[in-house]
Amino acid sequence: MSLLRLEDLSVWFNHPARPVVDRVSLSVDAGRTLALVGESGSGKSLTAMSVLDLLPDGAGRQATAIELDGENVLNWSAKRRRALRGGRIGTIFQEPLTALNPLHRVERQIGEAIRIHQGLGRTAIRRRCLTLLEQVELPATEDMLKRYPHQLSGGQRQRVMIAMALANDPALLIADEPTTALDVTIQETILNLLRRLQRERNLGILLISHDLGLVGRYADQVAVMHQGRIVETGATRGLLENPAHDYTRHLLAAEPGGHPEPLTDQAPTLLNAEALSVSFKGPRRGWFGRGAPLAAVDDLSLTLRRGETLGVVGESGSGKSTLALALLRLIPANGKVALLDQPLDRLSGAALRPWRRHMQVVFQDPFGSLNPRLSVGRAVDEGLRVHHKELDAAQRAERTRALLQEVGLPADSAERYPHEFSGGQRQRIAIARALIVEPDLLILDEPTSALDRSVQAQVLELLKGLQQRRGLSYLFISHDLKVVRAISHRLLVMRHGRVVEHGDTERVFNAPQQAYTRRLIEAAYNRTVSEGGAGDEKQAVAH
Amino acid sequence: MSGGNPIWQRQWRAFRRNRRGFWSLALFLVLFVLSLGAEFVANDKPVMVRYQGELYFPVFSTYPETTFGGLFETEANYRDPFVAELINEDGWMLWPPIRYSHDTINYELSVPAPAPPSAENWLGTDDQGRDVLARLIYGFRLSVLFGLILTITSSVIGIVVGALQGYYGGWFDLSGQRFVEVWSSMPILYLIIVISSFVVPGFWTLLLIMLLFSWMTLVDLVRAEFLRCRNLEYVRAAQALGVRTPVILFRHMLPNAMVATLTYLPFVLNASVILLTSLDFIGFGLPPGSPSLGELLGQGKANLHAPWLGLSAFVTLAVMLSLLVFAGEAVRDAFDPRKYNDSAA
Repeated sequence: MSLLRLEDLSVWFNHPARPVVDRVSLSVDAGRTLALVGESGSGKSLTAMSVLDLLPDGAGRQATAIELDGENVLNWSAKRRRALRGGRIGTIFQEPLTALNPLHRVERQIGEAIRIHQGLGRTAIRRRCLTLLEQVELPATEDMLKRYPHQLSGGQRQRVMIAMALANDPALLIADEPTTALDVTIQETILNLLRRLQRERNLGILLISHDLGLVGRYADQVAVMHQGRIVETGATRGLLENPAHDYTRHLLAAEPGGHPEPLTDQAPTLLNAEALSVSFKGPRRGWFGRGAPLAAVDDLSLTLRRGETLGVVGESGSGKSTLALALLRLIPANGKVALLDQPLDRLSGAALRPWRRHMQVVFQDPFGSLNPRLSVGRAVDEGLRVHHKELDAAQRAERTRALLQEVGLPADSAERYPHEFSGGQRQRIAIARALIVEPDLLILDEPTSALDRSVQAQVLELLKGLQQRRGLSYLFISHDLKVVRAISHRLLVMRHGRVVEHGDTERVFNAPQQAYTRRLIEAAYNRTVSEGGAGDEKQAVAH
Repeated sequence: MSGGNPIWQRQWRAFRRNRRGFWSLALFLVLFVLSLGAEFVANDKPVMVRYQGELYFPVFSTYPETTFGGLFETEANYRDPFVAELINEDGWMLWPPIRYSHDTINYELSVPAPAPPSAENWLGTDDQGRDVLARLIYGFRLSVLFGLILTITSSVIGIVVGALQGYYGGWFDLSGQRFVEVWSSMPILYLIIVISSFVVPGFWTLLLIMLLFSWMTLVDLVRAEFLRCRNLEYVRAAQALGVRTPVILFRHMLPNAMVATLTYLPFVLNASVILLTSLDFIGFGLPPGSPSLGELLGQGKANLHAPWLGLSAFVTLAVMLSLLVFAGEAVRDAFDPRKYNDSAA
């Protein structure tokens, strides 16, 4: 008998005839992991949340059965169903920083669920918290219990979340994108922890993810969701190796691959940065004192040739984005930056403005990178207003329309507003906004990280095509090694603001010189890389 | 009101959906527009006079009594039965519905002032024999105009200061914040009382004094919005394009900060009206003789045997402030993103 069984579950917002989750049936066995895979908006999270009665306001739900251990919880009272949450069913959310209450200490975060469900006394709760900390491989000390969420790292927060979910010995764990917000090396340890806990406690896990590589390694069963329906289910290995449904094949094909077009040897140098450093003020000490300044970028040098893509990889906090802002001269920095042999580091204000045209930027967040109150046309032609004052409105509109078409947007886009576009389309708009001034260098700061895999692939294709046609140079910043490999000629690995390793992409991937680089690659591809030797080329998905 | 931008359109629809707020705003605007033309509603001069085949407009220009065959070189007093008779002999007069201006004293009262409501003075007269209804109409106009000017000017100053503080941050922001904190802790009412004791404040001086102390309301709000906005990626992208700082401030950041600001405006307007009324009530506001609601309230308190004074001033104030609060609530709800998300779902 399965632990959790859903039968014909539907969820809708406006009208039952237009469900966002459409007659979904699935089951999770004790001690097994079922992965629910799909792109954003496919209804994965809604499916899980409807088990917990945690649907957003205005959502309707209907199901033939939601069974837990053979009992149909739909027949239970609301109060009894509420006791499931944090009791028999534990939940881990994606973003540990927002899922933890910033004003509660670790002890209270974990202890609250114990108090509500088991009604233990203070000392008993504390003992239980310490045991849980030990189980999630955190230091089981009083000091740890006294910390606030902001004093923990991302991985530690996620461990606290797991401890909270396990507090009442649940039979089922719902993990909603549990590692998406974490760095690759930490993802690995968190998932291994979950696997260990699963074995020890015979947990059933419902794992929600968009990452097929991760699913391939950790799930026993996979259910693929597309537009609210489950299009395919099966054992992980069989399903990933022989996908029956077109959509599954489409998802698998969307894993980034391919290589950049090779570069001619005589390509001239476009950007040259020497001994670039950015430091932030240290934390306050007392009334007037300050701690040592924090070096976000530390003595970093790089060169970029025309038509070349330099991939910058590193985990969060390694100074990648700070590097981008420093190169763009948007934050103060020390060191030399030369673009087209023109030193930029001494220019400022009006003298710098004409040079900005040569160097543009695309950011990560497709929602934050466009002003919601400006039409797309107005957002894109802003660069023309600054750098081509001689153009009149009709000429600007003409150029904007041509460029919007070139980046693959519908012809009428210019009159519409950002909220009418999807994440991938918004990223195309941001690319158009940067390209309208015909720059030589485009700095791409995690341009695909917020997008689904298949949309990612399209955006990467677009970027490659633009590079070919326009001879653009890219500085491509990402934490995703697979994406970087697909587009970069050369690679620069950053850690703590310094360059760890630097070289041709394939050379770095096949024969990393540094232990840190090796760890990153192993985490991304789940394979062992021998020191300086060729790695196991098998893709993670095929495991 | 469409303006093309779908966000404004959506908010306008959300505002319309709140019927109480919408009708409150509509009613308030009707009353305000009527009071703007107070000279045509309540006046001691006729709107139009036809005399010996010629048209005269006493509302707009001054005519000596001799124009109509009278004796004096001074302005004609159309309420004088002698002048009225002269004009009516060879023409006619078109009077406003209320034949009193705010400072017209009714000398023909049969009872001592304050006189109770009658067919002649619909809401009675005050203790100087002036028509209460006329004073209410002019007082309403003065209060709202004063409040509007104060709200707009103090908002503009507050938004500019808050925007600069939020955009530049650092020391500029820090010293600005400390200054605002010190400045806003001054007791404004007492300061105005002290100042009024050596200058007699007129409409504009009073406005200036109040402006000195009321521009801080929006500073914190706008500052917080700009602090949030300045690190948003579209602002960074505009900086990378080389867009000038004023353009970034006013095209990219201000429209997004205005949502929070607009929400506050009806309440700022209310506070301004209340402040002026309370100053007038204690006698330190507008110069004596001005048609003011506060002064009428003060008279009501001094003449408890004449309840029509206090009652009419109270009802006028209560209606005006309630309408503004209802409209303000509707504006606030219309701008609340959670609200219109719900209605879209």
